[in-house]
Amino acid sequence: MTARASGSDAIVVGAGIVGASCAAALSRDGWRVTVLDRAFASAGTTSVGMGHVVVMDDSPEQLALTAYSARLWRELRPQLTKRSEYDACGTLWIAENAEQLAALEGKRATYASANVRAEVIDSRALRDAEPGLRTDLLGALLVPDDAVIYPPGATLDLLDLVKQNGGAVRDGADVRAIVDHGVVVGSETLRADVVVNAAGAAAPALTPGLPIVPRKGHLAITDRYPDMCRHQIVELGYLTSAHAMTSESVAFNVQPRSTGQILIGSSRELVGWDASLNRALLQQMLKRAADLMPALRDTSIIRVWTGFRPATPDKLPLIGAWEQSAGLWVAGGHEGLGITLSLATAQLIADQIAGRKPVIDPSPFSPMRVLLQIPVEAHS
Amino acid sequence: MTLRRFDIMVNGKPVSVRSGSTVAAALLSADQSTFRQSVAGELRGPVCGMGICYECRVTINDVAQQRACLRVVESGMRVETGAAGA
Amino acid sequence: MRSENKLTCDVAIIGAGPAGIAAACRAAEAGRTVVVLDEGLGPGGQIWRPKLGGLQPKIARRWIERLHATRAVIRESTSVYDSARDASGEFVLRAESAGSALSVRASKVILATGARERFLPFPGWTLPNVVGIGGAQALLKTGMDVSGRRVVIAGSGPLLLPVAASLASAGAKLSLVAEQAPSAKVRRFATSLWRRPRTLVQAATLRSAFLRTRYAMGTWVTSASGDEAVRSVTVTNGQTSQALECDLLCVAFGLVPNLQIARLIGCEVVNGVVKVNAEQETTVANMYCAGEPTGVGGVDLALVEGEIAGIAAVGLSIPQGLAAMRTAFERDMKALDVAFALRPEVTALAQPDTIVCRCEDVRLRDFNPAWTSRQAKLYTRAGMGPCQARICGAALECMMGWSPDSVRPPVEPARLDAFLSDHQVTSTAS
Repeated sequence: MTARASGSDAIVVGAGIVGASCAAALSRDGWRVTVLDRAFASAGTTSVGMGHVVVMDDSPEQLALTAYSARLWRELRPQLTKRSEYDACGTLWIAENAEQLAALEGKRATYASANVRAEVIDSRALRDAEPGLRTDLLGALLVPDDAVIYPPGATLDLLDLVKQNGGAVRDGADVRAIVDHGVVVGSETLRADVVVNAAGAAAPALTPGLPIVPRKGHLAITDRYPDMCRHQIVELGYLTSAHAMTSESVAFNVQPRSTGQILIGSSRELVGWDASLNRALLQQMLKRAADLMPALRDTSIIRVWTGFRPATPDKLPLIGAWEQSAGLWVAGGHEGLGITLSLATAQLIADQIAGRKPVIDPSPFSPMRVLLQIPVEAHS
Repeated sequence: MTLRRFDIMVNGKPVSVRSGSTVAAALLSADQSTFRQSVAGELRGPVCGMGICYECRVTINDVAQQRACLRVVESGMRVETGAAGA
Repeated sequence: MRSENKLTCDVAIIGAGPAGIAAACRAAEAGRTVVVLDEGLGPGGQIWRPKLGGLQPKIARRWIERLHATRAVIRESTSVYDSARDASGEFVLRAESAGSALSVRASKVILATGARERFLPFPGWTLPNVVGIGGAQALLKTGMDVSGRRVVIAGSGPLLLPVAASLASAGAKLSLVAEQAPSAKVRRFATSLWRRPRTLVQAATLRSAFLRTRYAMGTWVTSASGDEAVRSVTVTNGQTSQALECDLLCVAFGLVPNLQIARLIGCEVVNGVVKVNAEQETTVANMYCAGEPTGVGGVDLALVEGEIAGIAAVGLSIPQGLAAMRTAFERDMKALDVAFALRPEVTALAQPDTIVCRCEDVRLRDFNPAWTSRQAKLYTRAGMGPCQARICGAALECMMGWSPDSVRPPVEPARLDAFLSDHQVTSTAS
């Protein structure tokens, strides 16, 4: 795509954190951006997730992308307001057994290869860092520059940047179809040089063929217990849970909020769009949490909710041009990393549109990889 | 009818309470009007008296976030109020 | 939870105020097994709460003695936080009780969850020693010493007078009782009481109990001030304002039905009350509702509705006399609503920096009235605290027209440990 003149139009479908990030990046490049959301900003997955900015090493591509995006978050931080609740609390990846303990050094080296600071700490240091954890844990990898944010707040901050750059946000705009260089909203067809499908778990409805399915999760939040949890804490088995496309799984992941509340996750299941509470799975998730962090047993749970992650079969997001439709770019399929990856996603797309060389290789995330492979079976 | 009085510990100091009182009523009677601090650090005390508003939360015998209006005072009870952030 | 309790019964009743007590008596006397779950310290709810070292009103004692004479199991200090139906259609209630988890399986459930006070924000309302009216009554009865306190009572509704009388006889120095409703409306309501002589006598007794206290209608509090607690309040009648010394301000604006469990289970709610038929059955089969959640109408109505629900839940037919009493008391309920309707001024007292959501310290200026209720919640976190929007939700409904969000369990905060006890039910739709 050629560099375009200032004042040209871009439409972003979806005002979640990914859409807002794309809109912000494009507006910074001089595009006149309109963001369309069928409900309101952050109404979808953005409002129900964990808000972590976390570097993940489940694949070299994911490591590069999350590390890049986490850096972009740190660079954006001065422009965020209080409502984003950006807190650089760091992440602790905890080792429960000898095998996991042995893997920590390799993980540290992997992070180091991506210029991400990480440090292996022993069981005593872990007990000092997080006294609420089970005291027989063997150690952890501390990634001090990871952070947590409040996604709806950050989304609004990003959309403010869009508006400052002359862009607009329309709530209640239900995009019915994406066409060549345009979208259909109600009876209107809006034309644009660039259209970004950032419609989250609903993206395939607008771009058939995108292999994104909803992967449901549960979360719980406690009352305020100042200082009970100082870091984001994740069990090493989290990556196994995130990867396995089995029917149900839980993996321990907690996060502090500045009020002292603790956000507890996580669970995964494939049940279509059924948002109802799965009490049995919730119980499993909370049991795992109490097992690894006994201090949580006596905490008061004040809210529980569910949400849908947009999941792809190869665990990598879809970021790039979708050549089946003129002017269409896809920014989706982030599974549980939408918050982390929103900024890098936006930058990769903006760079490619502008003809700039992206900081990292975007080809592993190209949506076109989908069309070059054997069709993936539909998930139940 | 005279009710038995005994002491409970409030923030490390003994406070005389009437048997059968709730912790909330006992603290208010002892001129302890601050029970906790809000998210932004404002002083707060009981409002609804019936377990709805959660403004009377205190720590009782080391267990935090308990509604004082729903707990009856007991001999040996230790109450902590107003911890910053809670 | 150190131990878990599992109970099974024919009829489970949530709430042991007048409606729940009446329902339990009727159901248990018909030979069914009954379990009553109540969050408070003992049966009676708010209106029949016993005074420390004192007695409940005679009518309360009679009903509670009648309840104790049955074989109904009463669990106090018990909060129901979840309810679901299992494959056989039975209800399973999950509750937490003083450190233990409790589950109750029942074929029928009667909701008698009562009402809470409506609080409307104004400058200074979050100061310590600013309490509700029912709140003041509850604190007084559970042992609060008010002797010598300079008290102002304000807000709206028939609770103002009885609570004023209680505080006055407990030694409080009452300087003002301020009812926001205009005098014409209140007087019309008072004269309608002639139809029920008992209430008239009560009203006369109350009035004489504090003749020296000014009872001003068409008057409301506009602000409270103080440093660590309230020290003075400002009241107005719309024309002139006055500052009063005050170290205990009791202020609330009527009652709001507690609908959380009803909505969780899927009972239809119309105009803010649970829809029930002549048998007090909700739109969910085998779930009944009695008392304030079907319409705030006071003790007499709650008792009759409770009796009807208890009778209906055990499959008996409703005596004509009870149904007639219900009709009569429902008329009074409508009169209440008319008399004590909230004037617009009291829903607009908050200043931009006045806290609206107390749990999350969200101020009026943080809200955009153009938002939907869900946007307001997500963008400000109002309603995401432990009170689960029971306080700010009722206020925002008056102030912005925002209706409450959908209800999920836990409908009351519950210890994580409680969730870990044996689970018996799959999440089937009702």
